[in-house]
Amino acid sequence: MRLLLRDARGAFGCMVLLVALVCAVAAPLVTNAAPNAQGDIVATRFVPPLSRDVHGAFHPLGTDRFGRDVWTRLIYGARVSLGVGILAVLVSLALGVVIGAAAGYWRGPVSVSLLALTDFALALPRVVLLLLLAALWQPSTLLVIVVLGLTGWMGIARLVYGEVRSLAPRAFVEGAVAAGARKWRILRRHILPNAMTPVIVAAALGVGNAIVLEAGLSYLGLGVQAPTPSWGNMITSGSDTLVNAPWVAIAPGFALVLVVVACTLLGDALRDVLDPHARG
Amino acid sequence: MLARLGHRLLAGLAVVLGVVTLTFLLLHVAPGDPVRLMLGPRATAAQVAAQRRALGLDASLPQQFATWIGRFGRGDWGTSIASGQPVRALLAKAWPATAWLVTLSLVISYLIALGVGALQAARGGSRLDTLLSVTSVTLFAVPGYWLGLMLVLVFTYWARLLPAFGIAGLDADYLHGPSWLLDRLRHLALPLATLTLIGIGGAARFVRGAMLDTLHQPFITTAQAKGLTPRHVIGWHALRNALTPVVILLGLSLPALFSGAVFVEAVFAWPGVGRVLVEAVRARDYPVVMAAVTISAVLVVAGNMLADVLAAGLDPRVRAHRATP
Repeated sequence: MRLLLRDARGAFGCMVLLVALVCAVAAPLVTNAAPNAQGDIVATRFVPPLSRDVHGAFHPLGTDRFGRDVWTRLIYGARVSLGVGILAVLVSLALGVVIGAAAGYWRGPVSVSLLALTDFALALPRVVLLLLLAALWQPSTLLVIVVLGLTGWMGIARLVYGEVRSLAPRAFVEGAVAAGARKWRILRRHILPNAMTPVIVAAALGVGNAIVLEAGLSYLGLGVQAPTPSWGNMITSGSDTLVNAPWVAIAPGFALVLVVVACTLLGDALRDVLDPHARG
Repeated sequence: MLARLGHRLLAGLAVVLGVVTLTFLLLHVAPGDPVRLMLGPRATAAQVAAQRRALGLDASLPQQFATWIGRFGRGDWGTSIASGQPVRALLAKAWPATAWLVTLSLVISYLIALGVGALQAARGGSRLDTLLSVTSVTLFAVPGYWLGLMLVLVFTYWARLLPAFGIAGLDADYLHGPSWLLDRLRHLALPLATLTLIGIGGAARFVRGAMLDTLHQPFITTAQAKGLTPRHVIGWHALRNALTPVVILLGLSLPALFSGAVFVEAVFAWPGVGRVLVEAVRARDYPVVMAAVTISAVLVVAGNMLADVLAAGLDPRVRAHRATP
């Protein structure tokens, strides 16, 4: 951990993600407005950033066309965007680890069929699949999480498979076999903990990717539905008012880029720190 | 090599078939009925049944699927439920717009990324390297539709230089020669810039990594020891060897670029396959969705195979490895 923070990329990534997470969790403390409340629309819409509306309320990032405070929506949107990203990656992680470990540990037909499934899923055009799944069922936040999770596990399965394959013949595993431990226990207690390094890195990168895809689906109107704010649907609503109120679209985009960059840098730094070979 | 290629071709075919089957099942399992959508809420049960028969939707699922495959193979892709146009005509009209956009941006972004990555590797650890790394990570993270919007904001609304959407101006039919070309190029500029910038982000990161890996190899040390100039070592010895993984990435990124094009086409109202697909999915336009998905699956598989073949062409070791499986 100390090594990670000494790395400039790791420190930056941790800091940005920590700030974003704290803001998201403590949303009611960071802002005192309600994200979906529409008060006096005519008087308070399109207030530019860093100014006060007629009622004296201060808007650090301005207001949108319904007079809603952009900063407040950004913070509550972080709850949705980060939440969806993290939960989707957890779904992918669970699927990927189970499938990868099973394929790596039980050789023969199990391994062959699981690997074939992985290759097949890897070859599916992800965005097309996302569009289909999201458009065919009633769009909702839960659906987005499931869909992103279901289409993101293949890379992780590949990684786990490779690690398990290389760990299985090692002496400490054979020791456990000789001690009479059962297969499940060996896999869970001895092999998987040692196989987690690349998985953690992939998860960090995956969160960034999932956030971008969630925003993309919401942007096309197939993801998180209004009035619940997500960074994606905030960009959509901002794109309609790009001329008179560009800040409505700019703010969530900036937040998105910042968080995704943080995830990528953290992933890179983690890889260097966790893998002593790559440290060189 | 040939046997290997045949094997890959079969595997690719299986993937395409799998995708098509999956799509077909998803379309039919999902709630929502295209016939109801077509006829509106006032349709009587008899009308719905008649329309269903006319569209062939009353047959059993396997039967429908077999019919569809048979017709698709013979080149009859059906008619769009939403617009009544033949699906082939619809896609044939949209296809060139996407192909142009994706190919151009692929070529431009990889040329730039090769230069940037090589420069970074040559100046590894310098301030320039860091700056370019931060830039490419940021570009890689930017969602296409948002970057597109920002470019529209700057170049269309603020600078009033470039048009924000469509492939040609309203007066395009009356333009000839240079002014026609200029009109097309002006419309191409923003979508192309969006896709290319994002492409550079991903590719430059990768080129830099591949170059750095290559620069640690003994033959580079040999070349340096022979007294060759750094420019020659980087540009000739290192770059050529780092090219193999980059070419593989190029093949693999073809489908990703196509996905990127889906969003960029949505922002710029670019009349390509991505937009056709999004609209068809929204309208439950089964024949159009099936055809568009099939095409994109073929594209993914073709991209993977292209990467394989190109890599073999560039690197004799890969060829040798294949020959002795």
